Amino acid sequence: MNVTQPFTILLVEDEAADAHLVKAALREHRVLADLQRVADGREAMDFLSHKGERFADAPRPDLILLDLNMPRMDGREFLATVKANAIFRDIPVVVLTTSEAERDVIAAYNLGAAGYVSKPLDVKQFMDSIRQLGDYWITLVRLPGHDRKYP
Amino acid sequence: MTAEHALRLLLIEDEPGDSRLMQLALKKNGFDNELHIVGDGVEAMRFLQREGERFRHAIRPDLILLDIKMPGQSGLEFLQDIKRQPALRSIPAIVITTSMLEADVQAAYRLGAAGYILKPNDLTDFIQAIARMGHYWFKLVRLPKNAND
Repeated sequence: MNVTQPFTILLVEDEAADAHLVKAALREHRVLADLQRVADGREAMDFLSHKGERFADAPRPDLILLDLNMPRMDGREFLATVKANAIFRDIPVVVLTTSEAERDVIAAYNLGAAGYVSKPLDVKQFMDSIRQLGDYWITLVRLPGHDRKYP
Repeated sequence: MTAEHALRLLLIEDEPGDSRLMQLALKKNGFDNELHIVGDGVEAMRFLQREGERFRHAIRPDLILLDIKMPGQSGLEFLQDIKRQPALRSIPAIVITTSMLEADVQAAYRLGAAGYILKPNDLTDFIQAIARMGHYWFKLVRLPKNAND
Protein backbone atom coordinates (compact mmCIF):
# COMPACT_ATOMS: atom_id res chain seq x y z
CA MET A 1 0.00 0.00 0.00
CA ASN A 2 1.30 3.37 -0.92
CA VAL A 3 0.07 6.06 1.40
CA THR A 4 1.09 9.44 0.13
CA GLN A 5 -0.31 11.52 2.96
CA PRO A 6 -0.75 10.57 6.59
CA PHE A 7 -4.30 10.03 7.74
CA THR A 8 -5.65 11.94 10.69
CA ILE A 9 -8.29 10.41 12.93
CA LEU A 10 -10.07 12.64 15.40
CA LEU A 11 -11.27 10.72 18.42
CA VAL A 12 -14.00 12.47 20.40
CA GLU A 13 -13.93 10.64 23.70
CA ASP A 14 -14.10 11.75 27.33
CA GLU A 15 -12.67 8.50 28.74
CA ALA A 16 -8.87 8.66 28.73
CA ALA A 17 -8.61 4.86 29.11
CA ASP A 18 -10.63 4.27 25.94
CA ALA A 19 -8.52 6.78 24.07
CA HIS A 20 -5.37 4.90 25.11
CA LEU A 21 -6.86 1.64 23.85
CA VAL A 22 -7.69 3.14 20.47
CA LYS A 23 -4.16 4.50 20.17
CA ALA A 24 -2.62 1.19 21.18
CA ALA A 25 -4.81 -0.72 18.72
CA LEU A 26 -3.88 1.53 15.82
CA ARG A 27 -0.19 1.15 16.66
CA GLU A 28 -0.33 -2.59 17.18
CA HIS A 29 -2.12 -3.16 13.89
CA ARG A 30 0.12 -0.69 12.08
CA VAL A 31 -2.75 1.47 10.93
CA LEU A 32 -0.90 4.46 9.54
CA ALA A 33 -2.86 7.26 11.08
CA ASP A 34 -2.22 10.14 13.39
CA LEU A 35 -4.68 10.02 16.27
CA GLN A 36 -5.84 13.30 17.76
CA ARG A 37 -8.14 13.32 20.74
CA VAL A 38 -10.59 15.79 22.19
CA ALA A 39 -12.84 15.24 25.18
CA ASP A 40 -16.28 16.32 23.98
CA GLY A 41 -18.33 17.70 21.13
CA ARG A 42 -17.60 21.31 21.87
CA GLU A 43 -13.86 20.71 21.87
CA ALA A 44 -14.25 18.75 18.64
CA MET A 45 -15.99 21.72 17.01
CA ASP A 46 -13.14 23.97 18.20
CA PHE A 47 -10.65 21.48 16.74
CA LEU A 48 -12.42 21.47 13.35
CA SER A 49 -12.71 25.24 13.19
CA HIS A 50 -9.18 25.93 14.56
CA LYS A 51 -10.60 27.88 17.43
CA GLY A 52 -8.19 29.17 20.05
CA GLU A 53 -4.46 28.78 20.63
CA ARG A 54 -4.64 25.05 21.26
CA PHE A 55 -6.23 24.20 17.91
CA ALA A 56 -4.64 26.88 15.74
CA ASP A 57 -2.67 24.25 13.79
CA ALA A 58 -5.16 21.40 14.06
CA PRO A 59 -5.16 19.24 10.92
CA ARG A 60 -8.37 18.46 9.08
CA PRO A 61 -9.35 14.94 10.16
CA ASP A 62 -10.02 12.27 7.53
CA LEU A 63 -12.23 10.33 9.90
CA ILE A 64 -13.99 11.09 13.15
CA LEU A 65 -14.58 8.45 15.83
CA LEU A 66 -17.31 9.65 18.12
CA ASP A 67 -18.46 8.61 21.55
CA LEU A 68 -22.14 9.40 22.20
CA ASN A 69 -22.32 10.08 25.91
CA MET A 70 -20.09 12.97 26.85
CA PRO A 71 -20.40 16.07 29.01
CA ARG A 72 -21.09 19.44 27.37
CA MET A 73 -21.89 18.84 23.69
CA ASP A 74 -22.74 15.15 23.36
CA GLY A 75 -22.19 12.93 20.33
CA ARG A 76 -25.65 13.34 18.84
CA GLU A 77 -25.51 17.10 18.90
CA PHE A 78 -21.98 17.10 17.50
CA LEU A 79 -22.97 14.73 14.69
CA ALA A 80 -25.94 16.89 13.76
CA THR A 81 -23.75 20.00 13.78
CA VAL A 82 -20.99 18.49 11.62
CA LYS A 83 -23.42 17.05 9.06
CA ALA A 84 -25.24 20.39 8.77
CA ASN A 85 -21.94 22.16 8.06
CA ALA A 86 -21.05 22.50 4.37
CA ILE A 87 -17.30 22.42 5.07
CA PHE A 88 -17.17 19.44 7.43
CA ARG A 89 -20.02 17.27 6.26
CA ASP A 90 -17.89 15.16 3.95
CA ILE A 91 -15.80 13.83 6.85
CA PRO A 92 -17.11 10.36 7.73
CA VAL A 93 -18.15 10.02 11.36
CA VAL A 94 -18.22 6.59 13.00
CA VAL A 95 -19.97 6.24 16.34
CA LEU A 96 -17.97 4.25 18.91
CA THR A 97 -20.02 3.78 22.05
CA THR A 98 -21.11 1.54 24.89
CA SER A 99 -24.75 2.47 24.28
CA GLU A 100 -26.78 -0.50 23.08
CA ALA A 101 -30.03 1.45 22.78
CA GLU A 102 -31.76 0.92 19.43
CA ARG A 103 -32.94 4.53 19.39
CA ASP A 104 -29.28 5.65 19.53
CA VAL A 105 -28.47 3.42 16.54
CA ILE A 106 -31.33 4.81 14.44
CA ALA A 107 -30.62 8.39 15.48
CA ALA A 108 -26.94 8.02 14.59
CA TYR A 109 -27.69 6.80 11.05
CA ASN A 110 -30.45 9.34 10.56
CA LEU A 111 -27.97 12.05 11.50
CA GLY A 112 -25.47 10.72 8.94
CA ALA A 113 -23.17 8.37 10.85
CA ALA A 114 -21.06 6.08 8.66
CA GLY A 115 -21.17 3.21 11.11
CA TYR A 116 -22.16 2.41 14.69
CA VAL A 117 -19.65 0.31 16.57
CA SER A 118 -20.40 -1.02 20.04
CA LYS A 119 -17.34 -0.78 22.30
CA PRO A 120 -16.56 -4.30 23.44
CA LEU A 121 -15.71 -4.59 27.15
CA ASP A 122 -12.99 -7.12 26.43
CA VAL A 123 -9.69 -5.40 25.62
CA LYS A 124 -8.67 -7.86 22.93
CA GLN A 125 -12.04 -7.52 21.21
CA PHE A 126 -11.84 -3.77 21.50
CA MET A 127 -8.44 -3.76 19.79
CA ASP A 128 -9.77 -6.05 17.09
CA SER A 129 -12.74 -3.75 16.44
CA ILE A 130 -10.35 -0.85 15.92
CA ARG A 131 -8.27 -2.97 13.55
CA GLN A 132 -11.36 -3.76 11.42
CA LEU A 133 -12.39 -0.15 11.50
CA GLY A 134 -8.94 0.88 10.25
CA ASP A 135 -9.00 -1.88 7.68
CA TYR A 136 -12.14 -0.41 6.15
CA TRP A 137 -11.58 3.33 6.47
CA ILE A 138 -7.83 3.63 6.12
CA THR A 139 -6.87 0.67 3.96
CA LEU A 140 -9.91 0.06 1.76
CA VAL A 141 -12.01 3.11 1.09
CA ARG A 142 -10.92 6.22 -0.65
CA LEU A 143 -11.36 9.34 1.43
CA PRO A 144 -11.55 12.94 0.20
CA GLY A 145 -8.14 14.50 -0.36
CA HIS A 146 -6.30 11.19 -0.56
CA ASP A 147 -5.49 10.49 -4.14
CA ARG A 148 -4.63 6.84 -4.08
CA LYS A 149 -5.71 3.62 -5.66
CA TYR A 150 -7.17 0.52 -4.08
CA PRO A 151 -4.79 -1.53 -1.97
CA MET B 1 -21.52 -7.77 16.63
CA THR B 2 -22.79 -10.60 14.48
CA ALA B 3 -26.15 -10.15 12.83
CA GLU B 4 -28.75 -12.78 13.64
CA HIS B 5 -29.71 -13.06 10.02
CA ALA B 6 -27.95 -12.45 6.77
CA LEU B 7 -28.08 -8.78 5.90
CA ARG B 8 -30.06 -7.74 2.85
CA LEU B 9 -28.15 -5.83 0.24
CA LEU B 10 -29.52 -3.77 -2.59
CA LEU B 11 -26.99 -3.51 -5.41
CA ILE B 12 -27.52 -0.84 -8.03
CA GLU B 13 -25.48 -1.90 -11.00
CA ASP B 14 -26.21 -1.71 -14.70
CA GLU B 15 -23.54 -4.18 -15.83
CA PRO B 16 -24.76 -7.78 -15.42
CA GLY B 17 -21.13 -8.91 -15.41
CA ASP B 18 -20.35 -6.70 -12.44
CA SER B 19 -23.44 -7.92 -10.60
CA ARG B 20 -22.30 -11.51 -11.06
CA LEU B 21 -18.88 -10.52 -9.82
CA MET B 22 -20.41 -9.14 -6.64
CA GLN B 23 -22.38 -12.34 -6.15
CA LEU B 24 -19.20 -14.33 -6.59
CA ALA B 25 -17.17 -12.14 -4.22
CA LEU B 26 -19.80 -12.41 -1.47
CA LYS B 27 -19.92 -16.17 -1.87
CA LYS B 28 -16.13 -16.59 -1.95
CA ASN B 29 -15.93 -14.69 1.32
CA GLY B 30 -18.61 -16.85 2.91
CA PHE B 31 -21.04 -13.95 3.27
CA ASP B 32 -24.53 -15.39 2.87
CA ASN B 33 -26.23 -12.08 2.21
CA GLU B 34 -29.46 -11.70 0.35
CA LEU B 35 -28.47 -9.75 -2.74
CA HIS B 36 -31.13 -7.81 -4.64
CA ILE B 37 -30.08 -6.20 -7.89
CA VAL B 38 -31.58 -3.29 -9.79
CA GLY B 39 -30.17 -1.63 -12.87
CA ASP B 40 -30.28 2.07 -12.07
CA GLY B 41 -31.28 4.74 -9.59
CA VAL B 42 -34.85 5.06 -10.88
CA GLU B 43 -35.43 1.34 -10.47
CA ALA B 44 -33.76 1.44 -7.06
CA MET B 45 -36.14 4.16 -5.92
CA ARG B 46 -39.13 2.08 -7.10
CA PHE B 47 -37.70 -0.87 -5.20
CA LEU B 48 -37.30 1.18 -2.02
CA GLN B 49 -40.79 2.69 -2.36
CA ARG B 50 -42.33 -0.67 -3.36
CA GLU B 51 -43.78 0.89 -6.47
CA GLY B 52 -45.51 -1.14 -9.15
CA GLU B 53 -46.27 -4.82 -9.43
CA ARG B 54 -42.64 -5.89 -9.68
CA PHE B 55 -41.58 -4.31 -6.41
CA ARG B 56 -44.80 -4.68 -4.43
CA HIS B 57 -43.16 -7.16 -2.10
CA ALA B 58 -39.69 -5.65 -2.15
CA ILE B 59 -37.82 -5.85 1.14
CA ARG B 60 -36.17 -3.00 2.95
CA PRO B 61 -32.42 -3.41 2.45
CA ASP B 62 -29.97 -3.09 5.34
CA LEU B 63 -27.32 -1.67 3.07
CA ILE B 64 -27.18 -0.13 -0.39
CA LEU B 65 -24.24 -0.68 -2.74
CA LEU B 66 -24.16 1.61 -5.73
CA ASP B 67 -22.06 2.46 -8.70
CA ILE B 68 -22.10 6.17 -9.46
CA LYS B 69 -21.67 5.73 -13.17
CA MET B 70 -25.05 4.56 -14.36
CA PRO B 71 -27.31 5.28 -17.30
CA GLY B 72 -30.11 7.80 -16.76
CA GLN B 73 -30.16 9.28 -13.31
CA SER B 74 -26.67 9.36 -11.89
CA GLY B 75 -25.73 7.49 -8.76
CA LEU B 76 -24.96 10.76 -7.01
CA GLU B 77 -28.48 12.06 -7.69
CA PHE B 78 -29.91 8.85 -6.32
CA LEU B 79 -27.72 9.17 -3.24
CA GLN B 80 -28.97 12.69 -2.69
CA ASP B 81 -32.59 11.53 -3.11
CA ILE B 82 -32.43 8.74 -0.54
CA LYS B 83 -30.53 10.86 1.98
CA ARG B 84 -33.30 13.47 1.74
CA GLN B 85 -36.04 10.98 2.52
CA PRO B 86 -36.67 10.55 6.24
CA ALA B 87 -37.83 6.95 5.77
CA LEU B 88 -34.76 5.92 3.78
CA ARG B 89 -31.89 8.05 4.99
CA SER B 90 -30.82 5.70 7.77
CA ILE B 91 -29.81 3.02 5.25
CA PRO B 92 -26.05 3.28 4.69
CA ALA B 93 -25.12 3.62 1.02
CA ILE B 94 -21.66 2.60 -0.14
CA VAL B 95 -20.25 3.69 -3.46
CA ILE B 96 -18.39 1.02 -5.43
CA THR B 97 -17.07 2.44 -8.65
CA THR B 98 -14.25 2.71 -11.15
CA SER B 99 -14.37 6.52 -11.04
CA MET B 100 -11.16 7.86 -9.53
CA LEU B 101 -12.20 11.49 -9.83
CA GLU B 102 -11.60 13.44 -6.64
CA ALA B 103 -14.75 15.45 -7.43
CA ASP B 104 -16.81 12.23 -7.31
CA VAL B 105 -15.20 11.18 -4.03
CA GLN B 106 -15.96 14.51 -2.42
CA ALA B 107 -19.49 14.69 -3.80
CA ALA B 108 -20.26 11.16 -2.61
CA TYR B 109 -19.23 11.88 0.99
CA ARG B 110 -20.90 15.27 0.96
CA LEU B 111 -24.14 13.60 -0.11
CA GLY B 112 -23.87 11.05 2.67
CA ALA B 113 -22.02 8.02 1.30
CA ALA B 114 -20.79 5.62 3.97
CA GLY B 115 -17.67 4.74 2.02
CA TYR B 116 -16.17 5.04 -1.46
CA ILE B 117 -14.58 1.87 -2.76
CA LEU B 118 -12.59 1.81 -5.97
CA LYS B 119 -13.49 -1.27 -7.94
CA PRO B 120 -10.27 -3.19 -8.51
CA ASN B 121 -9.80 -4.72 -11.96
CA ASP B 122 -8.20 -7.83 -10.63
CA LEU B 123 -10.64 -10.51 -9.39
CA THR B 124 -8.56 -11.45 -6.35
CA ASP B 125 -8.29 -7.81 -5.34
CA PHE B 126 -12.03 -7.37 -5.82
CA ILE B 127 -12.80 -10.35 -3.59
CA GLN B 128 -10.38 -8.97 -0.98
CA ALA B 129 -12.06 -5.54 -1.13
CA ILE B 130 -15.48 -7.12 -0.56
CA ALA B 131 -14.00 -9.10 2.35
CA ARG B 132 -12.87 -5.87 4.03
CA MET B 133 -16.18 -4.18 3.30
CA GLY B 134 -18.09 -7.18 4.66
CA HIS B 135 -16.05 -7.47 7.83
CA TYR B 136 -16.86 -3.87 8.62
CA TRP B 137 -20.53 -3.68 7.60
CA PHE B 138 -21.72 -7.26 8.14
CA LYS B 139 -19.73 -8.18 11.25
CA LEU B 140 -18.43 -5.16 13.11
CA VAL B 141 -20.97 -2.42 12.69
CA ARG B 142 -24.43 -2.39 14.22
CA LEU B 143 -27.18 -1.41 11.80
CA PRO B 144 -30.73 -0.26 12.60
CA LYS B 145 -33.19 -3.06 13.23
CA ASN B 146 -35.00 -3.93 10.06
CA ALA B 147 -38.79 -3.97 10.00
CA ASN B 148 -38.64 -7.09 7.80
CA ASP B 149 -37.51 -9.14 10.77
